[in-house]
Amino acid sequence: MIIAFLAQTLRIAMPYLFASAGGVASERAGLIALTLEGYMLMAAFCAAIGSYFAGSAWTGVFAGIAGGVATALLYGVCSIRYRANQVVVGIAINLLAIGLTRFFLRLTFDSSSNSPRVGGFIETGTGFGALARNPLVWLGVLALPAVGWLLYRTPFGLRVRAVGEHPEAALSVGVPVQRVRWFAVALSGALAGLGGAYLALDQHQFTDQMTAGRGFIALAATIFGRWDPPRVALACVLFAAAETLQIQLQGAQLVPSQFVEMIPYVLTIIALAGVVARAVPPAALGKVNE
Amino acid sequence: MIRLTDIHKSFGPVRANRGASLDVAAGEIHALVGENGAGKSTLMRILSGMFPSDSGTIEVNSKDVTGWHTADAIRAGVGMVHQHFMLVPTLTVTENVTLGAELTRGIQLDRARAHRDVQALVDRTGLKVPVEQRVSELTVGEAQRVEILKTLYRGARVLILDEPTAVLSPPEVNELWRVLRRLREEGGTIVLITHKLDEVMAISDTITAMRQGQTVGRLETSRTSPAEIARLMVGRDVQLAGRAEGKAVSVGSRNGSGLDVRELTVASSRRKNAVDQVSFSIAAGEILGIAGVEGNGQTELIEAIAGLRPISSGSVLLAGRDITRVSVRQRGDLGLSHIPEDRHERGLVLEYSVADNLILGQQHRFTKHWTLDQRRIASHAEGLIRQYDVRPSDPALPARALSGGNQQKIVIAREMGGGGVREFQVLLAAQPTRGVDVGAIEFIHAQLRAARAAGKAILLVSADLNEVLALSDRIAVMYGGKIVTVMSGSEATAEKLGPHMTGAAA
Amino acid sequence: MKTLKLEEALLPPVVALLIALVVGDLLILSFGQSPAAVYRMLLEGTWGNAYGLGQVLYKATTLTFTGLSVALALRAGLFNIGAESQLAAGGFAAALVGLALPAGLPALLVLPLYVAAAGAAGGLVGVVPGALKARFGAHEVITTIMLNFIVLALLNYLISTRFKVHDTLHTAEIKSGAVPRLADFASAFHGSAANVVLVLALIVVALSWWFLFRTRGGFELRAVGLQPHAAEYAGVHVGRVWWTSMALAGAIAGIGGLNYVLGYKRYYEEGFSAGAGFLGIAVALVGRSHPAGIVIAAILFATLSQGGLAVNALVPKQMVDVLQAVVIISMATAVPEIRRALLALRPAPSVKATAATGEAAT
Repeated sequence: MIIAFLAQTLRIAMPYLFASAGGVASERAGLIALTLEGYMLMAAFCAAIGSYFAGSAWTGVFAGIAGGVATALLYGVCSIRYRANQVVVGIAINLLAIGLTRFFLRLTFDSSSNSPRVGGFIETGTGFGALARNPLVWLGVLALPAVGWLLYRTPFGLRVRAVGEHPEAALSVGVPVQRVRWFAVALSGALAGLGGAYLALDQHQFTDQMTAGRGFIALAATIFGRWDPPRVALACVLFAAAETLQIQLQGAQLVPSQFVEMIPYVLTIIALAGVVARAVPPAALGKVNE
Repeated sequence: MIRLTDIHKSFGPVRANRGASLDVAAGEIHALVGENGAGKSTLMRILSGMFPSDSGTIEVNSKDVTGWHTADAIRAGVGMVHQHFMLVPTLTVTENVTLGAELTRGIQLDRARAHRDVQALVDRTGLKVPVEQRVSELTVGEAQRVEILKTLYRGARVLILDEPTAVLSPPEVNELWRVLRRLREEGGTIVLITHKLDEVMAISDTITAMRQGQTVGRLETSRTSPAEIARLMVGRDVQLAGRAEGKAVSVGSRNGSGLDVRELTVASSRRKNAVDQVSFSIAAGEILGIAGVEGNGQTELIEAIAGLRPISSGSVLLAGRDITRVSVRQRGDLGLSHIPEDRHERGLVLEYSVADNLILGQQHRFTKHWTLDQRRIASHAEGLIRQYDVRPSDPALPARALSGGNQQKIVIAREMGGGGVREFQVLLAAQPTRGVDVGAIEFIHAQLRAARAAGKAILLVSADLNEVLALSDRIAVMYGGKIVTVMSGSEATAEKLGPHMTGAAA
Repeated sequence: MKTLKLEEALLPPVVALLIALVVGDLLILSFGQSPAAVYRMLLEGTWGNAYGLGQVLYKATTLTFTGLSVALALRAGLFNIGAESQLAAGGFAAALVGLALPAGLPALLVLPLYVAAAGAAGGLVGVVPGALKARFGAHEVITTIMLNFIVLALLNYLISTRFKVHDTLHTAEIKSGAVPRLADFASAFHGSAANVVLVLALIVVALSWWFLFRTRGGFELRAVGLQPHAAEYAGVHVGRVWWTSMALAGAIAGIGGLNYVLGYKRYYEEGFSAGAGFLGIAVALVGRSHPAGIVIAAILFATLSQGGLAVNALVPKQMVDVLQAVVIISMATAVPEIRRALLALRPAPSVKATAATGEAAT
């Protein structure tokens, strides 16, 4: 029972772990990550296409990463190169992802709702055994630790942290601020892209708007975890556990599903209001001045 | 060793450098002087690679390096210490110093070696800082040392310092001179951007003077005088450190028509209070000047009296009435005027028209049934524009289209002009001539003196000691949030005030 | 009070639309159709016939409300991403009022009641992020997004457990106060959803203009958005402006719910507000946060929306989703870029450098 609970929690947490790792990478460098949802959706579609036409799940994965990175680079062009307002562009990119995936879903598969079945890594089974055989699960578990290592143990990470707090200071010592931002945003696209690929390959198809707000839950986890990888990971697991609990208790009707749905969002608002240790974002978040 | 020739640089419509040049020999301390807005910082930022010039050449060690970037400059040993610190608050001293030149072991950061190297540099140069502390927890003097360490760590042989003493107390300034002389002995070259002539005479070997974006003179310090330098900077003879006009010394007369501050305490984000039990009185027809190095509580004091900052304890009385808990708007209605130290942040809404800015703070007086009376606003504006000679004179222009001096005139017209809408009793003037050209400075000083003659009480805070000495009837010195001494204007001199400004005469 | 030069105001929307046109061409061609034919069909399906026009007007009404909501908050320096949930809350409140009223009351009499209820509900949803920002400094972008999910989930819960009509996702029909359709006045509009709430929208537009540019409240609100420190110095309570403007923005979006609940279906239906919040952002942007611009932008986006349906036979209507996103992205990118370009083109004065560019001129 507990095993099944944990297995399902892990399964649900996967997209959150990937996407929030991308959220940390992006926001620590000063770029608002409202776009995680868009990255994941585009990547899910690309992964489905890749797996379907090439007949290989790994092709799907790489296609998914490419889709996420491409979307992230578009966001980068607007916010880094043209210094557009990141909130507005972020929302628009999410809308663009929805529109493009729907359009190309019609174009490619002549459907308004879903693609045909695509092959993933695991055809049957949902327990730990199946999860262990899914390479993406291993990648997902490592995503946030990897970002943490990058941030605190590498020169690139130090520069990211500087750029996200005080880009002028970084510029004054010769750090290529724009390049650092580009890498950070591309990385966030790749990580969120992996999350999207996981979704599509796990559900074995692409459905219209299949990310269903997961990108925003990942962003909530990023904020609730105060942009610190270990705490963000905990937040992802917490949110996933609440979801699993609600699903498993559905028959018992203890708490209506809608209220469980609300948990990540309510927690994030509480974190921002600072009831317990206010969540203070990186100082240069959202500002790209020179 | 360093030669900049015919440098031009514009930022949009603003021409910061118009054919400026600079010649610095190796191993000398060179002062780059000029007033605010002369183009000194811009020129040095071009030299340090922060941005390229529009035209002109840069030569370092006989090599043409025109258009180089910060990274190239740093590699060539040219480092700049900025006026506003470029330090990442959430990172440690070591991390800030090594940023961009990180030591690695494989692909990871070698933290241990970085710590050792930075500590060794600290010990060698005598620039004492706790290297593993976060920059946000350092004092201003320590932060500046980190800035210098940054450049030295990268092997800078040429150090450019932009107004380094603006935030230092006199003993810290002497410490800085010691460090600079030591660097010169080791063969380093230093360019010091400053507008303080006493510093120029004290530390420099040679001088370049700039005015309005151009280079107007090159002098040897030993063969010139402050008067000559000033003449070059301003373009005409200048009155240096004028005396306060002969006026009887009033020792805090409480005739109830001025400003009374009683044991005012204002908290700060650090452990100490920003303003600590400050008391003083200003009588009608008197100017009290507050001298002190920036950062000793003057800003918080003015903001607290204006109602923009919460007061922990103590009280403020305006013409005998307690305004400690009164709102900003009501203080204005009761006769308090405030010229803020940052006109762009506080004093103006740059996107609003001149007319709208002239009613800022008084908009409730121009309201009829919730609606703004446009006609009254326009005539109010026309009157003040004429009276204070604001140019250009179109009241519908956005304030951002005007020069700094004219923008300040808008603030002054609004705060002191009244225009029949209200009369002020007490004026808080914070850095009233900052960033303003010399002609406007004289105008503003005349306004302040006229207000005093008309019986107003004025609290003047200025980082320019000469301005304080020239205008004040009495001078109080603030240090560490406290008033440490009060002198009459006729007795006060820079030498007498100096020790109090550093806390040395406690 | 000209604060924006004309070219700075108009160039970005023009550029954005041109870019959208190009992208539209690419998408249409990828479907093997001719752009000219598709655009013609789009125009015919919207402005070319009364039904289409009616649908455009109906959609533009909702977008006017959400656009105004976003714009008002923007003017105070705040991002209201929550217009969708504010709209839904307003519609829901109106539906509840409609269920509580006795039948047969004249619309004119009960309309103020509906407006008050819808406005209050929307205002309540809007005030929360505003107050959180005023009190805790919580960034309103995140709180409005989070609240969107929370409120919509709450409404879903209320509908599915208590208020829905069996086997549907909507409430029962309101008993009084339904507002006449345009079709009731001009039979050409038959079948379209356009209704008299459109007039209410125009009234709110006029009131918004008057508030923003002619009243003291608007003066202070805009000052807070442009330069909060100066507003504070001018005696304005910045925090109070924040939560009152968010409450006002929420209220306006809430009143928009009447378009659906009073004028169209006469009940609250799950999902009626979908997308209206984000499109409201687009409308506010293209309309440069000015009430007049918003009306034009609302009509534009409504035309696109309806046009997508009209051309669905040739090209998927999802193309319109893409184009709307492209317009937003282009606007967001074009506005600062064009401002920079125009600044660089201005001739340099011969007066020395001023404090206009603080960091540079020393």
